[in-house]
Amino acid sequence: MSDKIIKCSTGIIVEDHEYLSLVKICRYCCLPAESIITMVERGMIEPINSSVSYSLWQFPASSLIRIKTALRLQRDLEVNLAGAALALELLDEIKQLRRQLANLQARGNSN
Amino acid sequence: MEYKDYYQIIGVDKDASQQDIKRAYRKLARKYHPDVSQESDAEARFKDLGEAYEVLKDPEKRNAYDRLGNNWKAGQSNFQPPPDWDTDFVFHGDSFTGGHASNQKFSDFFETLFGQSGTGFQYHTSGANQFQMRGDDSHAKIFIDLEDSYQGANRVLTLNTTVMGADGQPQLKPRNLNVKIPKGVIAGQNIRLKGQGLPGINGAQSGDLYLEIEFNPHSVYTINAADVSIEVPISPWEAALGAKINIPTPTGTIELKIPEAISSGKTVRLKQRGIPAKQPGSFYVIFKIILPEKLSDEEKNLYQQLQETNNQFNPRRQLAW
Repeated sequence: MSDKIIKCSTGIIVEDHEYLSLVKICRYCCLPAESIITMVERGMIEPINSSVSYSLWQFPASSLIRIKTALRLQRDLEVNLAGAALALELLDEIKQLRRQLANLQARGNSN
Repeated sequence: MEYKDYYQIIGVDKDASQQDIKRAYRKLARKYHPDVSQESDAEARFKDLGEAYEVLKDPEKRNAYDRLGNNWKAGQSNFQPPPDWDTDFVFHGDSFTGGHASNQKFSDFFETLFGQSGTGFQYHTSGANQFQMRGDDSHAKIFIDLEDSYQGANRVLTLNTTVMGADGQPQLKPRNLNVKIPKGVIAGQNIRLKGQGLPGINGAQSGDLYLEIEFNPHSVYTINAADVSIEVPISPWEAALGAKINIPTPTGTIELKIPEAISSGKTVRLKQRGIPAKQPGSFYVIFKIILPEKLSDEEKNLYQQLQETNNQFNPRRQLAW
């Protein structure tokens, strides 16, 4: 195993600091704009300025992660878009509940 | 080479019907899908599953595999297929381009039997027609302490990354990465490290590495998004009379004034003292009244006097039964 430390990379908080236009999202995900718009209509991802026209939409870069997860779920588990949207929501909720549970357990152990 | 028991991986008997195999595969695929599962080995299991299904879903390959399996006994670790194992079998076309695990390289066992999977990293560097493709993004989850988010931190991560070997085949290679975790990150957020994902093809840009942040559970603080709370035990007289007490916060001890007549569960909010996120969170102090484990006769007398002083007080009037 190499224990050479390559270099220090500074992380950027994706949710806070990076926004992508519809065109860029399409390019990164290799999807047509219609697919992205459908995902927005289904509430899977949300532009920060949804009231303006499509071409001006700005997405938090974390949308990329959600889109790619949805695509993997569709491909690997043969679910449709609605199924992937439901899975994303449930996964979010499970994450949140797991966090709360971990908090409660940590508290329970200390009392 | 290790023999792979595809039936065991999918969890079906050797005489399972194609329908049974499909059903069992789908169930396990949902269970071990890396986006869904919490198991640490989910990715490896999902990959094995995809490989097993690739063979068992196809009656021709399944037949060939079954014939091979008869020559293999459980516990035998070093497996070599007999040289003529695939005579009489015809595999049709390039049937390994299916969607399952298509970006993954199948095991040596699989590739010895059925050849390399069609997609993945097979590409040729032939002169003029070189194509370039940006490398894939990688994802990992890291656990940090609450204090790391308050102050920012440096972490050394060990990542298994795929690199191209001299023979043009991908290899897994561990590498250490020194990561600066930005201040103010909260659970569920992702930090992006540019160019630290998978290498691009033919000199194209590398992908990015995304690290999803989770906090290690803390024995003192409870974290909810950017808000942090602490439960602070106080004595009955502090609760009654008010007091100035010292309490810990992730940035150091602070002096807090307890108002008079405060009940258990009452909360004080300190703005901007939560996680210093883009929208900074609050720090909540929740009071909890604690009595000494044993009361002296004198203390009991004093409480008795209190009771006589205010016999109108009904702490249970809200319960209304």
